[in-house]
Amino acid sequence: MSIFLNENSKVIVQGITGGEGTKHSTKMLAAGTNVVGGVNARKAGTTVTIGGRNLMVFGTVEEAMKETGADVSVVFVPPKFARDAVIEAVDAEIGLCVVITEGIPVHDSAYFWAHACAKGSAPKPGAPRTPRTRIIGPNCPGIISPGRSNAGIIPADIAGAGRIGLVSKSGTLTYQMMYELRDLGFSTAIGIGGDPIVGTTHIDALEAFEADPETAAIVMIGEIGGDAEERAAEFVRANVTKPVVGYVAGFTAPEGKTMGHAGAIVSGSAGTAQAKKEALEAAGVEVGKTPSETAALMRQIIVGL
Amino acid sequence: MDLYEYQAKDLFAAHGVPVLPGRTVETADDAAAAAAELGTAVVVKAQVKTGGRGKAGGVKLAQDPDEAREKADAILGLDIKGHTVHRVLVTTASDIVEEYYFSFLLDRSNRTFLAMASAEGGMEIEQLAVERPDALARVAIDPIAGVDRAMAADIVARAKFPAVIADQAADVIVKLWQTFVAEDATLVEVNPLVRDPQDKIIALDGKVTLDENAGFRHPEHAALVDERTENPLEAKAKAKNLNYVKLDGGQVGIIGNGAGLVMSTLDVVAYAGERHGGVKPANFLDIGGGASAQVMADGLDVILGDPDVHSVFVNVFGGITACDAVATGIVEALQILGDSASKPLVVRLDGNNVIEGRRILDEANHPLVTQVDTMDNAADKAAELAAASSQGA
Repeated sequence: MSIFLNENSKVIVQGITGGEGTKHSTKMLAAGTNVVGGVNARKAGTTVTIGGRNLMVFGTVEEAMKETGADVSVVFVPPKFARDAVIEAVDAEIGLCVVITEGIPVHDSAYFWAHACAKGSAPKPGAPRTPRTRIIGPNCPGIISPGRSNAGIIPADIAGAGRIGLVSKSGTLTYQMMYELRDLGFSTAIGIGGDPIVGTTHIDALEAFEADPETAAIVMIGEIGGDAEERAAEFVRANVTKPVVGYVAGFTAPEGKTMGHAGAIVSGSAGTAQAKKEALEAAGVEVGKTPSETAALMRQIIVGL
Repeated sequence: MDLYEYQAKDLFAAHGVPVLPGRTVETADDAAAAAAELGTAVVVKAQVKTGGRGKAGGVKLAQDPDEAREKADAILGLDIKGHTVHRVLVTTASDIVEEYYFSFLLDRSNRTFLAMASAEGGMEIEQLAVERPDALARVAIDPIAGVDRAMAADIVARAKFPAVIADQAADVIVKLWQTFVAEDATLVEVNPLVRDPQDKIIALDGKVTLDENAGFRHPEHAALVDERTENPLEAKAKAKNLNYVKLDGGQVGIIGNGAGLVMSTLDVVAYAGERHGGVKPANFLDIGGGASAQVMADGLDVILGDPDVHSVFVNVFGGITACDAVATGIVEALQILGDSASKPLVVRLDGNNVIEGRRILDEANHPLVTQVDTMDNAADKAAELAAASSQGA
């Protein structure tokens, strides 16, 4: 098994005819992903040939799902159109929507998240509604279950299948960690994105990895800004029995300066790397000082299992 | 992007939020002229993007134009928490009966927006939240439904604003919400919101943060950028569309791809620096996914132009980016820069097409470039070179 994405996943690409959409559809197909079509309202009814395969371009996500049985969408549309693209996927009730697009205004992300929640249901009476469609991102590299499927832009050749689950805010740190542990392999690796509002959180991934029998141990990578790592630490303490190692980037980041990701900013005493590290360690998570030290901690765990 | 108080109030005024008349000036004489024009007692307020202006002597009352000149003269040039005062806002003085607090902001944890309001304004909100949490109403706002008159009235009631200004406060809250949405703000804060002796409420101070990702909807926001207060290296980087942040007190220039990896690189260099006389990273620079020769040249140009930098660490993990393209970029960048490239470069390449990338650098055999295989060892080498060079200097 794996989480959120497996060999049966049928993937459509919103924005398949754009430069990034075409480039990464080619790579996804080459990695064995079952890409079954694309969406572009202005090019509906045409076909695109990608990696030697003719893929239909549909006018809407709903139509694409009806014709192909797709259950995963990967969004590459420009920031201006991303909000409506996600809403369209949610309204079509697709299972997973992976939003790669970088630079989406946070009001747009807040809006599509609220829309997705409104379309969803409450897990128990009185609880807040959660979306029916799982959204990953925005501003993320996507998700890969090596050897099975790849929805997004994570290079498929870094590491193969294995027993480590990986969840990270950062794309390149996802790649770095997969590379460090490439001989051990991954059940699933997810980049959840560095924006202030993201659909899938560390906690969602931790919960799914905990429930996944093929995942033996989990690497969690965070960075400065917000309190997602602190809340994830609390979740680990209460709910995760599998070993978790952590890494947090941004110890040297000064207060008030945004470090590349819109969400990576230390404001006041909140969001520092030190606070996150301490919260994780208090929850029994071993935290590495560097990516290589973190990988070494994970290696010891896997070897000892 | 954080705005100055006067910019925030301009936006408030444009959206119908009541503010006092004022003029923003850069000289003491202009402050006197502004006071004369306003024809009232005035408050002269330092325009800096930090809190605690009052305590630092950056906010002064002046009864007449001469006094306004005198107060402005004292405030202009003042250093407030590392921010130099280049301009002051001269605004009508107002008698205050009561002070309140109000803000709309992004609530990351709940992935929505939040209204915060209190009938006890005037103090720092962080302090209020800790010391008197019951006095601070926090109301989640649905981004789709937004804030209408009824919602605003509910916030006013929960914040326990006095009845005499409740209607006005609800009107102002609706207009602040319109400001928040229409301007794509992530923060709109009024502290204090005041009641004057005529029971009129006024936004006496304002803080607004705009979402730079929404720039495509707001070409007019570009005019709000204050280039003078930006670090010159940051301004140069911005002109070339580079994601660069200057860090104080560092000696190792950093270039990498991807925000997370670059942040991590800064940390690893700082740890390595502990073994080499305490050298530190001098900047954050993320060249992003497509590292063309030109982007690499632009990045190196900015970093090598930083007099604090004694060595440069280029740390790239080729995911989408191919290492051969990065290597070609480095070689061409060094050609473009010629003699202006004078500091040692430590390069660590891994990932996509790494063998070809390393071969290109080996073949170019540039005297300034050292290749190191791992991130940790490369950071150590860069720190060592920076330490040796700064001791020699």
